[in-house]
Amino acid sequence: MRYIPMTEQDRQAMLASMGISSVDELFSDIPEHLRMSEKLNLPPALSEAELMRHMRELAGANVNLTETVSFMGGGVYDHLIPSIVKHLISRGEFLTAYTPYQAEISQGVLQSIFEYQTMIAELTGMDAANASMYDGATALAEAALMACNASRRDVVVLPENLHPEWKEVCEIYLSNQDVQIKYLPYDEETGTINHTVLRELNPKELACVVVQQPNFFGLIEDVDPISEFIHEGGGLLVMAVDPISLGLLKSPGEYGADIVVGDGQSLGNPMSFGGPSLGFFATTDKLVRRMPGRIVGETVDGDGRRGFVLTLQTREQHIRREKATSNICSNQALNALAATIYLSALGKEGFREVAYQCVQKAAYLKKKIAEETPFKVKFSAPSFREFVVTGDVDWEEINRKLLDEGFLGGLPLNRFGLPNDVLFAVTEARTKAEIDRLVELLGGMSR
Amino acid sequence: MRNKTGVPLLFEVSSPGRRGYRLPDLDVPEVPLEELIPSQFQRQQEPKLPEVSELEVVRHFTQLSRLNHGVDVGFYPLGSCTMKYNPRVNEDAAALPGFSAIHPYQPEETVQGALKLMYDLGSYLAELAGLHAATLQPAAGAHGELTGLWIMKAYHEANGEGHRNEVIVPDTAHGTNPASAMMADYKVVEVPSDERGGVDVEALKKLLGPNTAGLMLTNPNTLGLFDENICTIAELVHDAGGLLYYDGANANAIMGIARPGDTGFDIVHFNLHKTFSTPHGGGGPGAGPIVVSEKLAPFLPWPVVDKEGDKYVLKKPEKSIGRVKSFYGNFSVLVKAYAYIRSHGPDGLRQVSEAAVINANYLMHHLKELYHLPYDRYCKHEFVLSGKLQKQNHGVRTLDIAKRLLDYGIHAPTVYFPLTVDEAIMIEPTETETKETLDEFISVMRKIADEAEADPEMLHSAPHVTPVGRLDEARAARQPILRWRG
Repeated sequence: MRYIPMTEQDRQAMLASMGISSVDELFSDIPEHLRMSEKLNLPPALSEAELMRHMRELAGANVNLTETVSFMGGGVYDHLIPSIVKHLISRGEFLTAYTPYQAEISQGVLQSIFEYQTMIAELTGMDAANASMYDGATALAEAALMACNASRRDVVVLPENLHPEWKEVCEIYLSNQDVQIKYLPYDEETGTINHTVLRELNPKELACVVVQQPNFFGLIEDVDPISEFIHEGGGLLVMAVDPISLGLLKSPGEYGADIVVGDGQSLGNPMSFGGPSLGFFATTDKLVRRMPGRIVGETVDGDGRRGFVLTLQTREQHIRREKATSNICSNQALNALAATIYLSALGKEGFREVAYQCVQKAAYLKKKIAEETPFKVKFSAPSFREFVVTGDVDWEEINRKLLDEGFLGGLPLNRFGLPNDVLFAVTEARTKAEIDRLVELLGGMSR
Repeated sequence: MRNKTGVPLLFEVSSPGRRGYRLPDLDVPEVPLEELIPSQFQRQQEPKLPEVSELEVVRHFTQLSRLNHGVDVGFYPLGSCTMKYNPRVNEDAAALPGFSAIHPYQPEETVQGALKLMYDLGSYLAELAGLHAATLQPAAGAHGELTGLWIMKAYHEANGEGHRNEVIVPDTAHGTNPASAMMADYKVVEVPSDERGGVDVEALKKLLGPNTAGLMLTNPNTLGLFDENICTIAELVHDAGGLLYYDGANANAIMGIARPGDTGFDIVHFNLHKTFSTPHGGGGPGAGPIVVSEKLAPFLPWPVVDKEGDKYVLKKPEKSIGRVKSFYGNFSVLVKAYAYIRSHGPDGLRQVSEAAVINANYLMHHLKELYHLPYDRYCKHEFVLSGKLQKQNHGVRTLDIAKRLLDYGIHAPTVYFPLTVDEAIMIEPTETETKETLDEFISVMRKIADEAEADPEMLHSAPHVTPVGRLDEARAARQPILRWRG
């Protein structure tokens, strides 16, 4: 095998030095009837060239979005990624390292995580961030659990306009810890959280209210009244935010949020059929010791030289076992590194410009659909880079036709129980020509 | 050797107006921002991102990378982490646009290649485990554990046995096992090990009862030992009405040699980033698929990939526990693990396990004369030494030995784990290291044993040639500085 350097000569020499004649001896502690007598039923080995031919064939059976123009979002977005991101994260010192347990030879990973934590804290307007979670959905579930522990309450309020998959992930995490979920409806006209219904709840019972900003429909929530309501009752405000939107939108810190999570795919990570991405997680100084996951902190060595280490580890599973704040062990370090490089390359102005272009381009498509097609924009609240369009048509059928023209249309919401609706996403990667052509095609497709 | 200042933070070299990336010009008619986003929704305080050129970004991260050890840099015998070579061709495969540039909500007919890959990978993992059906959704080993325990819970509830609220975990288990059980709202019951390093069967008998939901076991366990009583253990747990959960963190020892399913395990998770060589990336992303027996398949998270005729489809199992993360799992990690399995085939995977076990036994055999070996029997892919002789005789602790190894360009083994071994040193060489590397490691460990005797002070202050010296962890925890503040 090409990755196993052991020659027959090595093998004999090593076995002989241990005083044994056959490798079987080393497996003699496995009860005989459990030892496999037959080969695994797997396809035979492929050489590198054969493997790549096979992989190209499988990849080629997918429609890829470097060749097809995407207007699909719903949690995964086609943003531009600077070329340097892939080059730098491919360096073997980053790629092939483990969790930085030995800080003295892991300063590269540790410092980059420290920079990542700083950037996430800056974007969210929070005091501190952890080294990342699996994805946005699991980060939100963990945030809700943390809010329950911090408030010693067990009712979590989720908005109906939260991403449907995030709701499901929260349900499995929370229901298995006997946490009750209350759902908050949205206003049919604006598409944003119905504050009247919220005010009917007793805030003294609630561990937290979760607000997704922008919400699943791409709309901007008015968070101030929600923040005021939950904080008056002593509960926590948990915000699930789109990181790109933070180039322009008021930060969760400015709203007084206590815990902030989100999915970092759009920060320099490819779509990759939905994973891996990263879940970012930020909070206040007051709650930092309740945070799940790895955290990197600054310190010094014996000569006073600055260095970075994994810290506050007494929260974690390898120390606290069943008393840990979470069972999480890994983080999405390489995806977090991609996000850090992405944000470094874009910089302060570039990052704002991405958000600005998304808003302008999405608004352009929204206006044109409303004016030049028979379809309607469904909700009235201001939107960021996504919006819902409605029409009495089969959006999956429309998408099949669009595919023939080289377009991946919006996300049909029938899979989430909204049969007439479709969610369009427009990023800075789309051009005016592409948008114009989409509108032209849609215009010709009603009924 | 050491720089006085290290690499500055990017924020510290930032200069207003500098940029490392240029966007295409905005080509749609611009509308005043106020009309699109009312000012009360706009942020007042701009995030302080660095302002640097592209070359500055490249140099910064290149310099940082040079401060880091990786498998590509040198030997990495970190026990239970399986730091084997990460084949680069698998990165090429995952980067193909047909895998990296596909959206999870594309119509199924436009992602048949991706679904086929997932379907086949699931069936390969089921074959390796000797079980029935797979979910690829869990993002990491601990996430797989949690998913497996949720399935366990749903199964007992479906059988009207929701009162089963205890999960038994050996005292040698990874910390994630009890932590996952806690996340699934189980009561954790710890079973001690016997003098051979396996589960104490008599103690287990006393712990099993009507409230037992299941047993979580790593086999070979974290001592690197195959539990010789596994059949008895399996029988006992099943007789008590519990399920057997297999923590596959150590599966590198058993591929093509023994299958957990044949032993009676009901649920198995695999760490694709360990056994199947996908890069650890400094802590992730990993992937923790689980495979289950036929009776548990209806409870798997959704969606799972199924085959209808020659079409691959996403489906919801009949009694699905729900969704454990967004979408279908860490797909690009799955692509790399699939490529790894296809590169090896059945014979290659068995050779991987044989070579991993030979390498571990070889190191153990030659190191046991220098360091105490608490369980002197054949190990599997890893083994655990104790630094207690060095501690008793010279006041040198395992931490000192670990730090001194860094000076020799070798990553330290896993230390102080498992908790059952005093001054534990857990060593896993993997199959991708040469005999020469192993011999070099033995000779370095001998040198360090000698140094412990001759110059214990030098070991207390190790490492000496790394980019930074031993760092003050107590200070980091006492006065946390978790971000740059400017």
